[in-house]
Amino acid sequence: MSVLAKTKEVLAEAERLNPQLNNFLSIEHEASLEKAAYLDSVPAERPMHGRAIAVKDNICTRGMRTSCGSRILENYKAHYDATAVERLNAAGAIVIGKTNLDEFAMGSSNENSAFGTVKNPWDVTRVPGGSSGGSAVAVASGVVRAALGSETGGSVRQPASLCGVVGLKVTYGRISRYGLVAFASSLDSIGIFGGSANDAADVLTVIAGRDARDSTSADVAVPDYAATLENEIKGKRIGVPRALFGEGIEPDVRDAVEKSIDNFRSLGCEIVDVELPHAKYGIAVYYIIATAEASSNLARFDGVRYGFRAEDTHKLREMYFKTREEGFGEEVKRRIMLGTYVLSSGYYDAYYSKAQKVRALIKKDYVAAFEKCDAILTPTSPTVAFEIGERTSDPLAMYLSDIYTVSANLAGVPGISIPCGLSSEGLPIGTQLVGNFWSEAELLNFAHVYETAYPLNARPRIFAG
Amino acid sequence: MDVRHVAKLAHLEITEDEVALYTPQMAEIVKYVEQLNELDTENVVPMLGGLTAEGEATVTVRDDVPKASLGQKAALSQAPSAVEGHFQVPKVL
Repeated sequence: MSVLAKTKEVLAEAERLNPQLNNFLSIEHEASLEKAAYLDSVPAERPMHGRAIAVKDNICTRGMRTSCGSRILENYKAHYDATAVERLNAAGAIVIGKTNLDEFAMGSSNENSAFGTVKNPWDVTRVPGGSSGGSAVAVASGVVRAALGSETGGSVRQPASLCGVVGLKVTYGRISRYGLVAFASSLDSIGIFGGSANDAADVLTVIAGRDARDSTSADVAVPDYAATLENEIKGKRIGVPRALFGEGIEPDVRDAVEKSIDNFRSLGCEIVDVELPHAKYGIAVYYIIATAEASSNLARFDGVRYGFRAEDTHKLREMYFKTREEGFGEEVKRRIMLGTYVLSSGYYDAYYSKAQKVRALIKKDYVAAFEKCDAILTPTSPTVAFEIGERTSDPLAMYLSDIYTVSANLAGVPGISIPCGLSSEGLPIGTQLVGNFWSEAELLNFAHVYETAYPLNARPRIFAG
Repeated sequence: MDVRHVAKLAHLEITEDEVALYTPQMAEIVKYVEQLNELDTENVVPMLGGLTAEGEATVTVRDDVPKASLGQKAALSQAPSAVEGHFQVPKVL
């Protein structure tokens, strides 16, 4: 089958399912078909030849809209591709559309998008998780095999868990952030959704590595991540921090994650106890550091150089205030104000400095734990996908959705969510492995061996084809 | 927390309804993050960013050679209001 014919099918399925799922903010027919026709005219020698990819709408794509799910950037079109997108394009991939997200990647349910909530294909009355919900759904609904998302505190792993797909968060510095619209620069990374570990590995091999345009991207060799997927995992040590399996985990999630521990044991892994004594402070540290950095990063949206500007204003300051008031949504304003507060005169030491110190303790815990094990296993999310509207009036309850994911972002280590079962209501559950710095190949190896031995064998109600 | 004051610092013109919404929510979140005070961090070196040891070791300087920039036309093309090669804004004073 030609790339053109296949791409037409993908676009048609994306278009057909979008009214039910609302996961694409734009579907790029013209550019995709043009690229597909071109690929059919050249030898199929590039690593991602003709593969369809969906990209979260906070990652810049030249000539396409990059809205960040925000009214303030509703009509923004980037002049350049993010490095990750540029590398995918060069490898022969086709960006078929941009996906819905919580505004500026701030949220855990996708309900904070200015362009409507994304629906979970397993049950459309439930959230897909967030903030990369649209990309998670693009993969879960079978439209694409892989998609780019972004992580600041769990925004790839948590929706991957709630949608039943693989979600990879990489080591800080593994993938260039150039072209990823900044939320919290010391925590942000581009992440990958895959229908399988292999799909995610193929994308990572193409997009990882040093980029002169992001000074925080590290000069660390990039292996072929697909080449080690089948490695033996027998004898590997998986650490389980039992103290974190306390209150707040739904019984079905607990059962499925316990089963995943048994399954890893059956695959020959050794299960060991580890402790992460400061992990319970992760959410508190995160909501100081992430909001502080966000308040600074989002200062650039002022109605001058790009994006939305409020109408009928007569003075500069009035224009700034009204533009930001009207352009940003409720959660974004809440976080900008929290960040402004924790950085404000008289409070900086009590909040921001304190959080940076506890962040150091969280990282130290991981370094110590990885002397005893190769990966640390916890649930990805304490719950399955929750009902749309269930947590919108209680921001703190929403923040606690990320209790198992934020610590990896604070420490800078990679993590992966692997589908490990269904709840009694038929909703997917993810088990999470967090690895040492630069251990993406090992994490993908664990995931591949696991999903091969214990496949999910279920599909969401809404599925392509 | 005086939400009105914080909003002003953040350049947000918030409404009375928003003050009523945010005041209790932000108080609750601030109270939650204050649990960090139970930790003694006197001798802890703060973690200032996200860089790994390998990231710290990465050479990020380059030769100081001029490169082509975005250009005026492209730089202004997304502006809500641009006139004669400039961003246009309401009166400053």
